[in-house]
Amino acid sequence: MLVTAASPQLPQNVLSVKRRTLMFKILYAEFLAPGIKRFVIEAPRIAHKYQPGQFVILRLHEQGERIPLTIEQADPDCGTIRLVVQSIGKTTNLLNSLNAGDSILNVVGPLGKPSEIENFGTVVVMGGGVGTAMAYPTAVALKQAGNRVISIVGARNKELVILEPELREVSDSLMITTDDGSYADKGFVTDKLKQLIDNGTRIDLVLAVGPVAMMRAVAEMTRKEHIRTIVSLNPIMIDGTGMCGGCRVLIDGKSEFACVDGPEFDAHSIDFAVLVQRNSTYRDAEQKSLQEFQHDPQAQIAAVRAGQSGCCKAEGGTL
Amino acid sequence: MTEPTKTPLLNVLSLKERMKVPRQHMIEQPPLERNKTFTEVNLGYSEELARREAARCLECAKPACTHDCPVGVKVKDFVQLIVAGDFLAAAAKIREDNVLPAITGRVCPQEDHCEGGCLMGKKVEPLGIGYLERFVADYEQRHMDLRDVKQASPSGKKVAIVGSGPSGLTAAGDLIQKGHKVHVFEALHEIGGVLVYGIPEFRLPKQIIRQQVDYMRAMGVEFETDVVVGRTVTIDELLEEEGYDAVFIGTGAGLPQFMGIPGEHFNGVYSANEFLTRINLMHAYEFPRYDEPIVDFRGKNVAVVGGGNTALDAIRSALRLGAGKAFILYRRSEAEMPARIEEVKHAKQEGIEFQVLTAPLEFLDDGKGWLKSARCQKMELGEPDASGRRRPVPIAGSEYEIPLAVAVIAIGTTANPIVQSTTPGLATTKKGYIQADDATQKTSRKGVFAGGDIVTGGATVILAMGAGRRAAKSIDEYLSNPELW
Repeated sequence: MLVTAASPQLPQNVLSVKRRTLMFKILYAEFLAPGIKRFVIEAPRIAHKYQPGQFVILRLHEQGERIPLTIEQADPDCGTIRLVVQSIGKTTNLLNSLNAGDSILNVVGPLGKPSEIENFGTVVVMGGGVGTAMAYPTAVALKQAGNRVISIVGARNKELVILEPELREVSDSLMITTDDGSYADKGFVTDKLKQLIDNGTRIDLVLAVGPVAMMRAVAEMTRKEHIRTIVSLNPIMIDGTGMCGGCRVLIDGKSEFACVDGPEFDAHSIDFAVLVQRNSTYRDAEQKSLQEFQHDPQAQIAAVRAGQSGCCKAEGGTL
Repeated sequence: MTEPTKTPLLNVLSLKERMKVPRQHMIEQPPLERNKTFTEVNLGYSEELARREAARCLECAKPACTHDCPVGVKVKDFVQLIVAGDFLAAAAKIREDNVLPAITGRVCPQEDHCEGGCLMGKKVEPLGIGYLERFVADYEQRHMDLRDVKQASPSGKKVAIVGSGPSGLTAAGDLIQKGHKVHVFEALHEIGGVLVYGIPEFRLPKQIIRQQVDYMRAMGVEFETDVVVGRTVTIDELLEEEGYDAVFIGTGAGLPQFMGIPGEHFNGVYSANEFLTRINLMHAYEFPRYDEPIVDFRGKNVAVVGGGNTALDAIRSALRLGAGKAFILYRRSEAEMPARIEEVKHAKQEGIEFQVLTAPLEFLDDGKGWLKSARCQKMELGEPDASGRRRPVPIAGSEYEIPLAVAVIAIGTTANPIVQSTTPGLATTKKGYIQADDATQKTSRKGVFAGGDIVTGGATVILAMGAGRRAAKSIDEYLSNPELW
C-alpha cells in the first residue's frame, strides 16, 4: 500500500479519552443438562421491559458474531435476565464455557413482538429440546391468563429433559417423551399431540418451540385439525431491528422479518422449506468456526476474558 | 467555539493566475491493486498539494460554496487558513459548523453542494473543497491533543439523542457545545450508524469514525450502545423517568426494500443492508478471524440491483471479495444514477461493468435453493416521472437470462416503525416516516425533534447532518424557552 503524509493513523492522544465500559455481567451459570446451560445476566434495561416471547441478541468479543437467544425469564427488581443456551456452534460453545463473574460484551433487547397472551381456553404448550426453555415463560403467562395448560416436553434422552419441575408447576397436565425411551414415554412430542387429538381433547391453541423439523411436524398435524398453532422461529439474524432483512421468512408467500414481525408466527402460514434452506446458508462456515474453536477452546475463552479486563475497549458498550 | 478568524492576505496569486492552476488530484491507490483490498482508495493530499489547491480559491464576496453547504461550512475562511499554513485553525474553522469533517470530506457529494456552487467550476474544474476538508480533518487527527478540547460550561439541561448516525452525531456535537448534557443511544454495538454498517472501509475507514467519535467524547458527549429505543426504553420513559429535557430522533432509513419478484428468498440473494452490514460492521471479509461469514464470492458472477451510492458500495465490496465478474443492474441510464460521480468513476476504474436500462424480472435457483441466474429485461426511457427523471419502460421481447451466484438488492429503504409505533402522539407520514418541521425539525410531540432519513427517507450523510444542525439549534432554543414551543 502507498503511504503518504496523510494516511490516517491512531494518535496516542486518543487514549486520553475516558471510556466507561458497560458490560453485561454473568451473575450465575449452571448446566441444566449436558451442553445446556442456564445464565443469569445483569441487564437492568432489558429486565425492565421484557415480556414473554421476546429475545436478545448477544456478542461475546470484538471479533464475535451476533446471535439471537430467547429470554427464559426476567427479574425487573434484580435487573437480571435468564437465558438457557445449548452448545451448537462456536458462539454457543464459547458462551457455555463462561461462568459467573465473566461478562458478555453486548446484550441488546428485548427484541421481537411479545407472545399473544389471552384466555384461549385449552392450550397445548410443546417444547422440543432446549426449546422447552423458550416455551416455558409463555406457558407461565398463558396459565396466569386463565388457560388450561397441557404441556408436552420432548428430548433425545433422559439427561436432556429440562425444566420438568418448573413446567409441572404451571401445567394442568405434563407429558414427557424421549427419543430413545430412556425416560418417560419413548417417542416424539407429536405422538402425544396425536393422542390428545384422537381422544377428542378440545384444543384451542398449540404453541410449539423447538427444532424446525419438530415445529413443522406439529404444524402439519394441526393444519388438518384446524387448530390454531403458533411457533417461535430462530432464523439467521444480525441487527435484530429490521434493518438487514437477513431473517426474512416466507409467510403466506410474502417476506416478513422474524426480528420485528416475529419471532412467533402462525405455523400454518410459514414456508418451512424456505426456512430450512435459508438456515443452511452458512453451514460450511459454521462448521469451520466450530472446528477452530474446538481445536483450542482455552485460547478463545482467554480472548473473551482479556476483552473483559481491558480498561478501554476499542468500541462497544461504552459510556 | 473560537473567535472569528481574520482572513490572512497571503495568497499572492492574481485571480487570473489562480484560474490557470489545475485542480490538484487526490493520490489514489491504483485501481487494479485497490480492488483486491478493503483499505482506503483515496490517500489524501500532502501539505504541499493542499496549499497549492487552496491557493486556487477565488475568495468570492458572496461564496456559493457556503450557501450550498447543508451545514454552512465557511469554506472561504478555512481554505485561506490552509493557504496560510495554519491547518489546525482551518480545522477549528470547519468545526464551527461541522463536527464530522473527516467524514464529510470523504463521503459528501460535493458536486451537489459546495463544489457544485463554486464559481471556478463555471470555467474550469471547481476548487477541491472536499479534498481540502479531508486534508485538514486528517491533519487535526494527527496533531490535535484531545486533552485540549474544551468543554462548555454546563447548562443543567439534558438531551437524549436516539441513533448515532450522521444526524445524531451532528446534533450531539452542536448541543454539547451549548453546555447541555448529551447522551447518545445506539442500537448496534458500534457508534456511527450508517457510517459503520453502511459505508465500506475503502471509502470511510472505521478508524476515522472512531477518531471523530473520540473527539466528541472529549467534548463530553456520552454514548451508550445496545439500546434499541422503542424496545429497550421508550421515548416517553426517557422524558418522564430518565429526566431528559428533550429528545432528538435520528434513527435513519430502516427497513430494506425488496423488489417483490420471484426468488428473492434464495440463498445468495441479499439486501444491500445485510450484505454491507456483514462486510462493514461484522468484518465478514476477515472470516474466520471474525466469526461472521459471507457466501463465497470467489470467481463468481455477482450483480447489484440499483444505481445509488449504496449499490456502488456493494458492488465494489463484491469485487474485493473476489467476484469474477461484478456488475450493476440499473433500470434507467447512467445519467439518472443518483450515485456520486467520483464513486461511478472509481467503480469503472476498478472493473465494474454497468448494465444500464436493465431490470431483473425473476431469480432462478439450482434446484437446491441457491441462486443460479436472473431473468432480466431491457428498458428504454419514456416520459419523466414524479422524480423528474425519465421513466424506464420495458422493451417487449427483450428478456434474457444471466448466470449469477450472488445478487444484492440496493433499491432503497422504507421507514423502520419501532420508534413511531411505541411513541403515542408522534405523527407520521403516509409512508411511515416521522413528520418534522422543515425549518425547526420539531415533531408533533413537545420536546421531541427528528431529522435525517427517518424524516426524509433515504438521502445523504450531509443532508442528515444539516437536519441534525437545525434540530440542535431548535432544541437549544426550546430548552431556554419551552413554553414558546
